[in-house]
Amino acid sequence: MFEQIAFYLFSVLTAGLFLVTVLSRNVLYAMSSLAAGMVLISGFFFLLGADFLGVVQLVVYVGAVMALYAFGMMFFDATRDIKENNTSSKVVFLLSGGIAVLLVVIFAAPILGNSIEATYPPQEGLTNPESIGLVLFTKYLVPFEVAALMLLVAMVGGMILAGKKMDQSLTVTDEEMNIPQKDGDK
Amino acid sequence: MIGLNHYLIISGLLFAIGLVGVIRRRNLLMLFFATEIMLNAANIAFAAASYYYNDLAGQMFAFFIIAIAASEVAVGLGLLILIYKKHGTLDLDDLATMKG
Repeated sequence: MFEQIAFYLFSVLTAGLFLVTVLSRNVLYAMSSLAAGMVLISGFFFLLGADFLGVVQLVVYVGAVMALYAFGMMFFDATRDIKENNTSSKVVFLLSGGIAVLLVVIFAAPILGNSIEATYPPQEGLTNPESIGLVLFTKYLVPFEVAALMLLVAMVGGMILAGKKMDQSLTVTDEEMNIPQKDGDK
Repeated sequence: MIGLNHYLIISGLLFAIGLVGVIRRRNLLMLFFATEIMLNAANIAFAAASYYYNDLAGQMFAFFIIAIAASEVAVGLGLLILIYKKHGTLDLDDLATMKG
């Protein structure tokens, strides 16, 4: 009973929040609704018994990724509304609706086939984080290390990309908008 | 009773929402937000399959997706800052410099 209530509550709230993210004209609204949606998605994970995944979702997505976005938005002018000419809605909704139907068919195909076997069933008497650790550090050790290396490369790449010319101001006020910024230091 | 299909349907719905964002928006930062939504939708599907088939492989895939998303954001935001420094805008239409 509670599972159903929680599921439908989380579903409606995440869908609504992500719709706000996708349709909003303001970056700040989009980002905060995205962060709230991420928190609710971790609720899905807790509901599914994937405790460790839910905590990782909270720590990595809500903690790190959204903080990174918030930090990146200090470089951009976040308070102004975005002016953009969007693609016509008819094409968009037709395309994404078609792909969504296709996705449901693809997802449903193995269920109809009933041919999936569990390769790593969780062991009896272990909590979720313990069994995750057992599988992660035995069967998935190499991908884990590769992922660590990839994160290191991404960190160095991010620092080098964003760190260049850090002393220069990026956000231009409206009256100095027509003066090109690069002439300032020459 | 909530079954696997419920989770797959909400996952497909969220993926479609992200897809609408990717196709519709013209601002690069908004495109990033939309890709995050799509990655999260895939994560829900993986976790649900992991729970209903009693298999941990789905959760493992979700972990690696989260790791990849984190590094994508790190590099992507660096690139966004560079683009903003160069062009002063994040609009995709203004970046069409290769139009002959």
